[in-house]
Amino acid sequence: MRAALKTVAPGLHTTVQDLGRYGYQAVGVPVSGALDSLSFRLANRLAGNDDNAAALEILFQGPTLEVAADSLRVALAGGDAELELLAEGRRRVGGWRSLLLTRGEAFRVRGPSETACCYLAVEGGFAVPPCLGSASTYARGSFGGFAGRALRSGDLLPLARESAVERAELTLPQPPPPAREQTIRVILGPQADHFTDAALALLLESEFRVSKDADRMGLRLDGPRLAHRDGYNIASDGIATGAIQVPGSGQAILLLADHQTTGGYPKIATVISADLPVAGRRRPGDRVRFAAIEVEEAEALRRAQEVELAALSASFVPVGAAGGLDHARLYDLNLISGVVSGHE
Amino acid sequence: MTVRFLSSGDSALVVEFGDRIERRLSEEVLRLAAQIRRAALAGIVETVPTLRSLMVHYDPLKASAAELKRAIEALMGAKMRLEQEARLWRVPVCYEGGFAPDLAYVAKETGLAAEKVVSLHAGQRYHVYMIGFLPGLPYMGDLPERLVLPRRVDPRVRLPPGSVAIATTMTIIYPLECPGGWHLIGATPVRLFDAQLPAPALLAPGDAVEFEAIDKRSFAKVRAAVERGDYQVPHERLSP
Repeated sequence: MRAALKTVAPGLHTTVQDLGRYGYQAVGVPVSGALDSLSFRLANRLAGNDDNAAALEILFQGPTLEVAADSLRVALAGGDAELELLAEGRRRVGGWRSLLLTRGEAFRVRGPSETACCYLAVEGGFAVPPCLGSASTYARGSFGGFAGRALRSGDLLPLARESAVERAELTLPQPPPPAREQTIRVILGPQADHFTDAALALLLESEFRVSKDADRMGLRLDGPRLAHRDGYNIASDGIATGAIQVPGSGQAILLLADHQTTGGYPKIATVISADLPVAGRRRPGDRVRFAAIEVEEAEALRRAQEVELAALSASFVPVGAAGGLDHARLYDLNLISGVVSGHE
Repeated sequence: MTVRFLSSGDSALVVEFGDRIERRLSEEVLRLAAQIRRAALAGIVETVPTLRSLMVHYDPLKASAAELKRAIEALMGAKMRLEQEARLWRVPVCYEGGFAPDLAYVAKETGLAAEKVVSLHAGQRYHVYMIGFLPGLPYMGDLPERLVLPRRVDPRVRLPPGSVAIATTMTIIYPLECPGGWHLIGATPVRLFDAQLPAPALLAPGDAVEFEAIDKRSFAKVRAAVERGDYQVPHERLSP
């Protein structure tokens, strides 16, 4: 039988993603990919993968999964998300580390409490057939990922590896903070000139809140009405991820991974690439504040973020060496059997 | 013509040729897209031609906005012979009965007989300005002036794939089941998008389209052939 990860319960919206599908926006295909690419990449690195390996994106409530392979190394990353091992005392293992599981072991992903998403990477990645060069699920178009849709109970997610590589488990001692209150930096435009000066001031001075209308396509923001200068229709043009479009209602919509490639509403500003992961983590009810910067500054911030990410990967240490306990190891040795909670 | 470069964040530049929908502007957009493709500028991920602007998506770790703007401006100044890659497609459309739920409305609003609406729509060649909103959805123009109408006040919640619709100066085909506010005057049995194909969209920006009116029987026949995978939409290379 082929190595797989079996879906016992699918969670709220669990999809296979990678870093996105590029090259087809000119024919209307959205980029898709992980909402929080930073956590996604760290999950893959902890699992020993390339950044772009196919992994699971888990929104809010996590799935329950069962290992149908000789052994499997997993790594969970995103806020305070944890794994709960269902056998023997429902022991919890924190995220931001790799963990070795064996055939038949079932676990539940306890989604993060402060952010919208977390990522479960498996060593070697999921062996889903690439669609248009990417493993990302685009559920609206019913393609990519696993069967072009979110997981359902009973799905057998094919694994690239039959068994785990022999190596020590790794942990990230200081995971990135959820940055729930961080001001999101934007570059004004491309259609800032379609808005009144008052609207631009409101964008940068007001507090917005993520409404209930939030999904992989975008976050509708509750907040002050942003008034257009003359009308709210423009000849349709391209949309970049992070664009804040304002339809006739004046209510801003921050567009995320599954956004449409083109649109006919003016975009008042666009979130800088370094802050897209932070934006992608926000959940309904969260506060959102914006600050405007220049493109050169955004480019520098993005380079700095890559340096930071490299430093984070360089800081991976074997589990147990970080001053914490190697719970998995102790568990294997039958030294503990109770509930261990929280981060290590 | 004044060209404007607008930043959309730090990963996309909009090269805007104007603010209205004009064939001339579309030609400029498509020309620049072809030039960029041929020049293979470092850092550019992909470009998206739209009605009057080209969106250039780039990797900010490989190129800065300022560098790209300079490189694109240099390209625009350069004389470059571009091969004509566009094709002319003859897309079959059934304008009858249930396939055309808004035909009577369009006839009433335009003061034309339904047959006249059909002959006007099917009687000319359209330019594919852009593909967008949904995978494979073509924006084609310009409609004959007498068919120009605003969008519906109440968009429909669900439209069948293949619906051929008009609004403003454009005609479109809905590739997937989706909501929509355009007037449905026909349907095509051909598939506009198939993610399993290496070139997933039937049409590309810059292509030309003519509609061929077919009856319900031919619609069913073509649909069956499409489903069997042995139907090719008639097309030819456009002469430059």
